[in-house]
Amino acid sequence: MNTFKIGGVHPEPNKLSAGKKIETLALPNQAVFPLSQHIGAPAVPCVQKGDQVLVGTRIADAGGFMSSPIHSSVSGKVSKIDSVVDASGFRKPAIFIDVDGDEWEPDIDRTDTLALLCTLSREEILDRIRNAGVVGMGGACFPTHVKLSPPKDCKIDVLIVNAVECEPYLTSDHMLMLEHSDEIIVGVRILLKVLGIDRAVIGIEENKADAIQLMQSKTSMVSGIEIMPLKMKYPQGGEKQLIEAVTGRQVPPPPALPANVGCVVQNVGTVFAVYEAVQKKKPLIERIVTVTGKSVKNPCNLKVRLGTPVSQLIEYAGGMPEDTGKLISGGPMMGRPLLDDKAPVVKGTSGILMIPEADAVRCAERNCIRCAKCVQACPMGLEPYLLATASEAGDWATAEENWIMSCIECGCCQSTCPSRRPLLDWVRLAKNRVGGIIRARNAKK
Amino acid sequence: MAQKLFITTSPHVHCGDTIERNMRTVIWALVPAFIASVIVFGAGALIVTATSVASCLFFEWFITRFLLKRPSTLSDGSAIITGILLAFNLPSNIPLYMIVMGALVAIGIGKMVFGGLGNNPFNPALVGRVFLLISFPARMTSWPVPHQMVAYADAVTGATPLNLIGQIAGGNTAAADQLPGLKDLFLGNIGGCLGEVSALALLIGLVILLWRKVITWHIPVTILATVTVFTGIMWLINPVLYVNPLYHLCAGGLMLGAVFMATDYVTSPMTAKGMVWYGIGIGFLTVIIRYFGSYPEGMSFAILIMNAVVPLINNWCKPKRFGEAAK
Repeated sequence: MNTFKIGGVHPEPNKLSAGKKIETLALPNQAVFPLSQHIGAPAVPCVQKGDQVLVGTRIADAGGFMSSPIHSSVSGKVSKIDSVVDASGFRKPAIFIDVDGDEWEPDIDRTDTLALLCTLSREEILDRIRNAGVVGMGGACFPTHVKLSPPKDCKIDVLIVNAVECEPYLTSDHMLMLEHSDEIIVGVRILLKVLGIDRAVIGIEENKADAIQLMQSKTSMVSGIEIMPLKMKYPQGGEKQLIEAVTGRQVPPPPALPANVGCVVQNVGTVFAVYEAVQKKKPLIERIVTVTGKSVKNPCNLKVRLGTPVSQLIEYAGGMPEDTGKLISGGPMMGRPLLDDKAPVVKGTSGILMIPEADAVRCAERNCIRCAKCVQACPMGLEPYLLATASEAGDWATAEENWIMSCIECGCCQSTCPSRRPLLDWVRLAKNRVGGIIRARNAKK
Repeated sequence: MAQKLFITTSPHVHCGDTIERNMRTVIWALVPAFIASVIVFGAGALIVTATSVASCLFFEWFITRFLLKRPSTLSDGSAIITGILLAFNLPSNIPLYMIVMGALVAIGIGKMVFGGLGNNPFNPALVGRVFLLISFPARMTSWPVPHQMVAYADAVTGATPLNLIGQIAGGNTAAADQLPGLKDLFLGNIGGCLGEVSALALLIGLVILLWRKVITWHIPVTILATVTVFTGIMWLINPVLYVNPLYHLCAGGLMLGAVFMATDYVTSPMTAKGMVWYGIGIGFLTVIIRYFGSYPEGMSFAILIMNAVVPLINNWCKPKRFGEAAK
């Protein structure tokens, strides 16, 4: 069975909500839409305070090519354009909508019938994807239409669908595959048409045997779509690791892209969103969110309208446990901590995780004992101990020489360190500084 | 929402590994060799080990408490390991005051002057041993013969296999008749330092370390392989002067050094490639000293010399970066 070659760790899977059917969460009273839900320029509001909107009404336009529009997930009245603290921990501008019903834009197809045929041209499909505000649903939120428009000099030969879900606890992609396999396959075929290629590989880790089996039976008659079971190892869902696991190709260090080795990677949730955008004219207004945690009463997978406050999801899962010490948007390895439960669900919210206080507190750091476990764990072949020491000393040159910009911030190093050193904190700091130095150097040229 | 939340960057989970867990496993892995040493040397083994561990603990406590004025680091377990390893590198009839001096040098000069665990360039136990070897060469190179269960200072000493190997290589081929059989050598039914006699017990320790993922195979395997290849070539060239490589593997401190001393986290390289070069260097130097040096055993010097080269190895041997080949 395939997997990536360098490093990697095996955190406890803790897939508490695996097998729990996707339930639909009730509408919120007020929905909040931050304008930066994606990588790139923030969206620009195209509604004003007091405007009436429907479900699917565009409320903010893309702020450039590398950006994405935002649509209302509820019907109601724009109450204000203000700011909200999102998962980044910063206050970000956002549109607030008071909900007064569930009226949808009339051209959205709300039926469940499977729309198999797609007669649109490549450009029309891309337009629909862009206009629907589809971005990478795995957490990075890279605008999908940008990824589907690779540089002209790169010859793409394979589409890789990321259904790995290697983050512990999260099960939203798993359940999506179990309940919407047909839609996902149509989505894959649409993407193949856009890219003008005829080969797609869906990578799934072996712990999701039911999903592997179902997808295999659904694709056995479809030519060009292969299901590839992968050995369990974190961070297999990392774009570069997945490309290596599936094709054996290694993406060169930044600024190279997956397209440079002929691959385009899309998350399985994104593929589903593409299906809905193209075949049902439905913009990205809802997503599957796993609500989970060791002490959570009812870990579940919820279909949630974007903009719903996190508190409503937690309530549905049985309330926030007494012992909660950390509230995380995403998984435990790469997720971001939330300041409180008022933050809204956004396009990249794959999970809401509540960690007990005992596990939330970091242990005191000790001397590095040079055990080399971080070097063995790093999936990018870096030396985290060295990068962290260089960062502590402000030695940006050493950090750059030792490939710091290749770091994917997966957290393997820090999660294995027996001395409990905050390795990734230091590496992030140095990466930030070195990135600035490189940009300044390139600007001078 | 009543709960107060912690805000930290990712990752938010840890595999649970600690310094203490690693050190505890090393101590467990040393137990078979300790049992073997008690079987072979009796009371002497107990006295030397107890004195060494107690002195190492005392000096670490004394130095952190009164000289560095820092919180105690006794609980990390590294001083216990240094104590055991120092004892394992001593003859079982060595006077107590020498052990105490060795412990002071090991902990004080070997480790604490550099800032404690994690900062020392040389293996502390070996610093202590080599200090004693140079200061008291006569006491450090006469070893009791096995099975004198209650003897300590009055134990009868005799030639060890390594002495004999050295004599043979020096031209005294008659010494070959006194060499013990390979089985005795493998089980530990021979004279020597406490912990080094039983290759079998040390190999059990190696299996424990590998199984609990405390170390990787790179260092011990490359050392043993290098020694086998080097002494094998010499043996093929002249089997009268140079003994069978199996004798080299089981005799002296080679096995103890390869499994427990060279694999010390702090003083060994950080990458797999570096570990391989380090192992080759130790194996090569050990054999050179065994054949041509004035001391019968070369393991401790070989490890200390390679310890000094580790920073260079870390500079030269980088891991294979992701995407490097494609660059």
